[in-house]
Amino acid sequence: MSNQYSHEKIIQLRKKRSAADRRFKTYGLIATLMGMAILFFLLFTIFSKGYSSFQKSVIELEVSYDQETLKITSDSTYEEQVKAKFFRVKKNAIAKALPDLSKKDIKLIKKMFSINVDKEIKEYFLNNPNILNTTQKIFVTAHSDVDQLLKGNARRNIEEKKRKLNDRQLEFFDEFVSSGRLKTKFNNFFFKNADSRHPELAGIAGSFVGSLFTLMTVFLLAFPIGIGASIYLEEFAPKNKFTELIEVNIANLAAVPSIVFGLLGLGILLNVFGFPRSTPLVGGTVLALMTLPTIIIACRASLKAVPPSIKEGALAMGASKMQAVFHHQVPLALPGTLTGTIIGLAQALGETAPLIMIGMIAFIPNIPTGFTEPSAALPVQIYLWVESSERGFQEKTAAAIMMILIFLFLMNALAVFLRSKFERKW
Amino acid sequence: MKKFVLSLIIVTFAITSSVSARDYISIVGSSTVYPFATLVAEKMASEGMKAPVIESTGSGGGHKLFCAGVGVEHPDITNSSRAQKDKEFKLCQDGGVMDIVEVRVGNDGIAFAYSSDYEWKYTNGAAMKGGIDLSKEEIWQAMARDNKDAPSTWFEIDKRLPKVEISIMAPPPSSGTRDAFDSLVMKKGCVKDMLVADGDCKAYREDGHVIEGGENDELYVEHITKEQGAFGIFGYSFLANNEDKISASKINGVEISQEGIQDYSYPIARPLFFYIKKAHVGVIPGLMDYVNEFVSEEATEGYLLDAGLVELSPADRSKVLDDIANLTNYK
Repeated sequence: MSNQYSHEKIIQLRKKRSAADRRFKTYGLIATLMGMAILFFLLFTIFSKGYSSFQKSVIELEVSYDQETLKITSDSTYEEQVKAKFFRVKKNAIAKALPDLSKKDIKLIKKMFSINVDKEIKEYFLNNPNILNTTQKIFVTAHSDVDQLLKGNARRNIEEKKRKLNDRQLEFFDEFVSSGRLKTKFNNFFFKNADSRHPELAGIAGSFVGSLFTLMTVFLLAFPIGIGASIYLEEFAPKNKFTELIEVNIANLAAVPSIVFGLLGLGILLNVFGFPRSTPLVGGTVLALMTLPTIIIACRASLKAVPPSIKEGALAMGASKMQAVFHHQVPLALPGTLTGTIIGLAQALGETAPLIMIGMIAFIPNIPTGFTEPSAALPVQIYLWVESSERGFQEKTAAAIMMILIFLFLMNALAVFLRSKFERKW
Repeated sequence: MKKFVLSLIIVTFAITSSVSARDYISIVGSSTVYPFATLVAEKMASEGMKAPVIESTGSGGGHKLFCAGVGVEHPDITNSSRAQKDKEFKLCQDGGVMDIVEVRVGNDGIAFAYSSDYEWKYTNGAAMKGGIDLSKEEIWQAMARDNKDAPSTWFEIDKRLPKVEISIMAPPPSSGTRDAFDSLVMKKGCVKDMLVADGDCKAYREDGHVIEGGENDELYVEHITKEQGAFGIFGYSFLANNEDKISASKINGVEISQEGIQDYSYPIARPLFFYIKKAHVGVIPGLMDYVNEFVSEEATEGYLLDAGLVELSPADRSKVLDDIANLTNYK
């Protein structure tokens, strides 16, 4: 016996155990590092592809706001000014963008500008109406093909017919660059425009607002119903086979693939109740159904976490059950409930599949103004852009992913903040 | 709580009924026509009209929604990258959609493309001038599952072709491009003598030489640039927008071009359509404005052409304009 448990043997055993300990720690470290590396790689690819989307290329034009061309006078009203012939001013300005352009050149150089240029010229004028009959140097948005070349996303050392810009246009391009008239600046369109088929004009404002409306619908529907259901189930419902069945099925519901909720929305909300297609109202209702189980589970967990002594104390003081629950238990459980709701909303924000089923995967060039207006949503916008064949949409896709990540990050930060600020420890 | 939920339901119904009169055009259908339809929609919006809502549901899904019935909750137009099938026409009749106007909007070609960086060489090392030239039969042999030979390089198909491993990325079955490719290449190029007994002309190989991609064209570009000598199948509009990265092979000696697609001398070309629900004309504001804008010269010879939609031949075009002016039922 004494031989079997000799001092050396024990030391050896201990070494073995601590080696296993160290090995496990190393595995854990490797797993964590790998996870971080993958995440970093993912973020790096998205950011390196997308950051250029926050810049757009602009070309300086000499615009002469000549009252004869515009067909207005200095006494014209605002309405008349809005309707003035800015497209003529634009035409003249582009024709003189570079000296000595032939007719053919003008046609070519016109294609290097965004189709939106007359609106930019107009906006500039409406902001400074006293520039009538003067010549202004304005930077206007360049066409996406120019933009992509300047950013290095399109190649120029290839056969002419394979390029979007031909040799002559490249000459113009170089002339603009060398004279400093072609440069990049902050891309305001990306944040202020809705979707567009022209990459240089496409923005996320439309889908962002659509997502906001959708999330508001989700919140308005899922939060009260979720809280009501969980309070009832937790505090008032009799404990029997039936409520047990409901409980199990709520947990099951949380695991149902989201596309199923989309089919439900299509089958019931659209076909039976006749909700308008492609609107935040339908999208929000479907996503609310999807989020409900998450909210109910979170809310019940935080109700459970409130010590029973608080409720019992209230009951002992003569409060009714409802008073005890609503005056004491629910306020204490609220931070946890809110956190659960926000996490549920974040989940709903990133959801695409159910929205496809109810027609939110649509091209909407206007920013929606209400719950029943057709609109897109952020994840759907990403899907639509990644499908587009124009080169300019590639960086837009990555940038839209960045925006949705930032949005999610902010929502999760809010959840963490609420929890740490209002959570009570017992 | 009860009151709240109840009032919520009432509010929801109130909202729903208030929007039952739709004041915008609702369009569904093909993802191939989608980029062109959206351009037209944006043009309309820029002219101060209410922008149509265009959903990309695929041709089949579009017909299904379109045929579901007449009324504001159903779409007014469906885009389609192929003609409406008899089955779908029947579905429309059953759904009460009796009068349908067919509008052929243009033509589309399918490109069999490889990376622009890749140079094809004959087996003796000389460069192939103007890229590789394949026949439909050769493409079929390279792609068909039920080809007895199961070649692994192009050289095994024809001695003039290089000893390059066959690697082709093809669109998924849900895609309209796949439908068109199957009927124009796999069916027409099918060599009956080489088919195994009871073989299926349209089935793709499953031994790794043909890979099924997703709907995202970027994935195809990535594949063919990584694997030199690999092919991908693209719609013409994607090719037209990305010619610095991908080049199309000639088919039966014909290079892909707008002219070739327009007169169908390029062998893998197909027409694109949209269908108008006649019962909605005059009910949905702006419906005919949209249709007329789509077929206007400014669009077909201007921005739609630039985006890669190949215009109709003059004869086809005048028939289409006639049909629209008279709202002629196509069947």
